[in-house]
Amino acid sequence: MANYSTNEFKSGLKVMLEGDPCSILENEYVKPGKGQAFSRVKLRNLNTGRVWERTFKSGESLEGADVMEYDMEYLYTDGEFWHFMLTDGSFEQHAADEKALGDTVKWLKEQEIYTVTLFNGAPISVAPPNFIVLEVTETDPGLKGDTAQGGSKPAILTTGAMVRVPLFVNIGDNLKVDTRSGDYVSRA
Amino acid sequence: MSHQESLWQPSASIENLRLRAETLKQVRDFFTECGVLEVQTPMLGRAGSTDVYLNSMQSYCAGGGVSEPLNLYLQTSPEFHMKRLLAAGSGAIWQLATSFRNGEYSERHNPEFAMLEWYQPNYDLNDLMAEVQSLVEEVLGVNTFSCISYRALFNQNLNIDPFSAPLVELQRLATKNTGICGETLDRDGCCDLLMSACLEPLLGQNELSFVTNYPASQAALAKLKQDEAGDWVAARFECYYQGIELANGYHELTDAKEQAKRFAEDNQQRRSLDLPEVTADQHLVAALESGMPECAGVALGFDRLLMLKAEAKHLSEVISFAIDRA
Repeated sequence: MANYSTNEFKSGLKVMLEGDPCSILENEYVKPGKGQAFSRVKLRNLNTGRVWERTFKSGESLEGADVMEYDMEYLYTDGEFWHFMLTDGSFEQHAADEKALGDTVKWLKEQEIYTVTLFNGAPISVAPPNFIVLEVTETDPGLKGDTAQGGSKPAILTTGAMVRVPLFVNIGDNLKVDTRSGDYVSRA
Repeated sequence: MSHQESLWQPSASIENLRLRAETLKQVRDFFTECGVLEVQTPMLGRAGSTDVYLNSMQSYCAGGGVSEPLNLYLQTSPEFHMKRLLAAGSGAIWQLATSFRNGEYSERHNPEFAMLEWYQPNYDLNDLMAEVQSLVEEVLGVNTFSCISYRALFNQNLNIDPFSAPLVELQRLATKNTGICGETLDRDGCCDLLMSACLEPLLGQNELSFVTNYPASQAALAKLKQDEAGDWVAARFECYYQGIELANGYHELTDAKEQAKRFAEDNQQRRSLDLPEVTADQHLVAALESGMPECAGVALGFDRLLMLKAEAKHLSEVISFAIDRA
């Protein structure tokens, strides 16, 4: 695998640290007064999910992790595993456990395409698309004519996710949601 | 609106830009009252800073009326040109200089930034610290200050003497506090790291905090002197407020030979670290040879001062267009 220097560190980069594959969450450049620069890095250990904080000298490097990301379609869950299928026409399937799925479980929708990360051939994480359209199953009744800004209310979506929505939204509406922030974007 | 679409907009609010203009007026009035002359010096120079931990950006001037193509450095601070003015008899001078440091980008850095720099002939460090204090009081309203030596700062908070502790102990402490692989660091590296990770955040919580007597190896362009323990230290201070490094002052080196030696040592260290050498400023050496008055000088990050005044989290909030949208 390639080596990555601190100035190539960015959120999402996969590197090996102490034998575990890690994903860089944050890379903060620090430089005291006249002295040398350092990178203060937050990494998520992809095996344990734990967040590590480490400091590196500017210019130091880490080995890239042999972690591959694939587009996969979500098929179904058997209660223990969530099954995904590669979209490259191979019909190859992979089963992700609860740990690999993490918070993505609240954005899971059949036939939607997810980014599944494989380490040693097994899913270790599943990332949702940035935007997803989901139906509202529960919310207070909509206020007619209130299409301008001002005021919001909670709404529960088919996946169980809760988002703040404008007052005019009704049960049965399809909403476009930003999965990174969990924010309502628009009616779909 | 997506992030890409909103990038045409300024990174600072119009309100903060107004604050910036007001603060600049305050600063200008402050120096006018003190009788300090405002100057403007080039942002581009044939020579750059040789400092091992500063990376210069470069530019190129050729064609038209320029018969010999010029490689030019965007200045990392206006220091060299201002010292040449001092040697030419300018007396006390100040300027707000756009300065450039390659790669320096974080919550507290922008590669292009505004440096408030001034020089006072016949001042010593105490005179200059008092002046920094008055200026900051004027702008931020802080009216208390403290002063601690580099050694005492380490002793009181980390229970270690940065001058006399064995290197392995400093390395162990750096590893313990930051998760770095400490044995790859030299003494200055350990101290730099402990300073930024453990000590800076503590400084200037309620008052303007000055740190003095840095190790001689961190002298940059300051004179050396012996401290009460007999160690050689740099006649230099740094000033912090709310954990943010705000200013860096020197009792300025006036010895031309020593200056030339430090340039050469920097470039030698650059070679050993595989860093590009930087053309040293022979005009500065010549200016010192001709005689620069004894003086103290300080560089204060104007954007950081504004960041503190505006209670902003990110430097970009007080810069019209930070580098990501410049």
